[in-house]
Amino acid sequence: MNVTGNGDQPTLSVQNLETHFFTKEGVAKAVDNVSFDVDKGEIMGLVGESGSGKSVTGFSIIGLVDPPGEVVGGKVLFKGEDIAGWDDEAMQRLRGNRIAMIFQDPMMTLNPVLRVDTQMIETILAHDKSVSKDDARQRSRDALGQVGIPSPDERLKAYPHQFSGGMRQRCAIAIALLNKPDLIIADEPTTALDVTIQGQILYEAQKLCRETGTALIWITHDLAVVAGLADKISVMYAGRIVEQGDLDDVLDHAVHPYTRGLLGSVPGHNTRGQRLYQIPGMTPSLVKLPAGCAFKERCPNADEACGAEPQITQPVVDRNVRCFHPQMQEAAE
Amino acid sequence: MTAMLEVKDLTKNFVKHLDLAGKIAQKLGSSIREETVHAVDRVNFTVGKGEVVGLVGESGCGKSTLGRMIADILPPTSGSISFKGTEFTAMTEDEGAAAALAIQMIFQDPFASLNPRMRVEEIVGEAPVLHGMARMSEKSTYVGDVMERVGLGREYSRRYPHQFSGGQRQRIGIARALAVKPEFLVCDEAIAALDVSIQAQVINLFMDLREDLDLTYLFISHDLSVVEHISDRVVIMYLGRIVEVAGTDELFDKPNHPYTTALLNEVPRLDHRGIDYEPVSGEIPSPLDPPPGCHFHPRCPHATDRCKAEVPVLREIAPGRLSACHLNDG
Repeated sequence: MNVTGNGDQPTLSVQNLETHFFTKEGVAKAVDNVSFDVDKGEIMGLVGESGSGKSVTGFSIIGLVDPPGEVVGGKVLFKGEDIAGWDDEAMQRLRGNRIAMIFQDPMMTLNPVLRVDTQMIETILAHDKSVSKDDARQRSRDALGQVGIPSPDERLKAYPHQFSGGMRQRCAIAIALLNKPDLIIADEPTTALDVTIQGQILYEAQKLCRETGTALIWITHDLAVVAGLADKISVMYAGRIVEQGDLDDVLDHAVHPYTRGLLGSVPGHNTRGQRLYQIPGMTPSLVKLPAGCAFKERCPNADEACGAEPQITQPVVDRNVRCFHPQMQEAAE
Repeated sequence: MTAMLEVKDLTKNFVKHLDLAGKIAQKLGSSIREETVHAVDRVNFTVGKGEVVGLVGESGCGKSTLGRMIADILPPTSGSISFKGTEFTAMTEDEGAAAALAIQMIFQDPFASLNPRMRVEEIVGEAPVLHGMARMSEKSTYVGDVMERVGLGREYSRRYPHQFSGGQRQRIGIARALAVKPEFLVCDEAIAALDVSIQAQVINLFMDLREDLDLTYLFISHDLSVVEHISDRVVIMYLGRIVEVAGTDELFDKPNHPYTTALLNEVPRLDHRGIDYEPVSGEIPSPLDPPPGCHFHPRCPHATDRCKAEVPVLREIAPGRLSACHLNDG
């Protein structure tokens, strides 16, 4: 890729990323040849079930994969620069500054024994020593206000345990926003929250990307959440991206049998009281993946061809699919 | 339809009693006092035979407490529960035992609700043998039959729970409940911990079982789309009180209570694309200190002065439809 300033290049371009876990039972390819781009202000939904490698993909981008895991190949181009091989010190300057992460459990971000203002001011000063403490406090206050926390002045002096779950998550998001990052990776940030609180968080996330041009990767297992939020979507299965493309295209005309199966099994998408489509079997263990297509044992269309590893093809315009038998024709309904 | 289960004015309070230090502090003039959580506050509803009733609410609304009282795991503070026309408290010992078997509960966490030191055969087979439904010598055949009923092979019954995946464990939990031939199942967030594709398998299993075994369900969940799919009627709770009861179609087509409306707006759905979220403002108040009047008034866009002072009564607004909102008074 040609690096020429901040022109039209995507904020993040992940190319052939591979993260392996070297366990006693064998090598688990948690992230296997994963590629995607996220543009400025764009929201990408990264969807998969537990063990599909979606969270490890997020951790790999930000350089937080712990042993026995290791990023063994591929590029992570952040604004054109490959950060995959950077050392810890260089990554630390980036993390919390240009790239931020929001975790499922906000207590992974918050320190329970420090007041919220201490933690927020520290986040600013760690990356820019020229800011005065008063300015930092002011910015922290504004960030809390931005995510809809009432009376931010008082809340700044509180400890995390004095917040409700939804408020903690909003506080974690406020910390992620403090240094106006170019990229935010959100790993199931609303899964533990109630529906009305989830709505508030989605609202803040959407507003943020539209207003500030922050690129956002929203990692989730919930297709319905992505449907309301994202611009494009990547579906992962057993470490590989099996289908990616524009949100509406994928949800309305999915061609990979796994994506179709997932969509079919969402209750709200079906006629009430009728049986849901169910994908037979269960997710295979990553250390004992079948050779070839990882989905073949659960797939209705599998045949001998699926014994070989499927490569990414584009059976439809602007769609990457990893399947030998993409289901092109829509069911005649 | 005859009511299989009837709940009248059911209330559950949890009181945090003062310890010795607290009592002394109180004597010395501190403001410490006993704290009471009104987890379930005078709740009334019925479940007909063969019906699937969905009970929906956010965390802390008392839906699990209500489910546990119905399954006779928690004693209510006041109010009554009748099963097939007889109150729990008025039952003879034999009737009580029969009711306890007929009402079974399926729990949320398939990892915490199975004893890790017992083989599946013991977990599923213990109760039927104890209650004389199967002889000790027939236990493995009996367990095998139940296992097949929930879609697990009979050869699995010699295994321990840790050898199963989450979805399979939930099936074991269902098998344990089915083993005593229940008529009424209380499913408390029974599929919340499962992956999407596994969720679909378990929902289908629940629907098959209902048809084959003529079961009645109280299906407790925070997930409206699951409840919409499986229930005939829906009960919505907010902070310990029922705010709306309606048939599933009516409720989802035309919600009456502002809280229901807000909930339905917030539920992410596959066909709601690129929406501009307009969230309900505010947090769920603490059940330790609920707002006076209608519990929802601080977050309600239509709240009036009356809502702040007077508790709205749950009353019929159309045949088979109940709602607790002052706005219905015109």
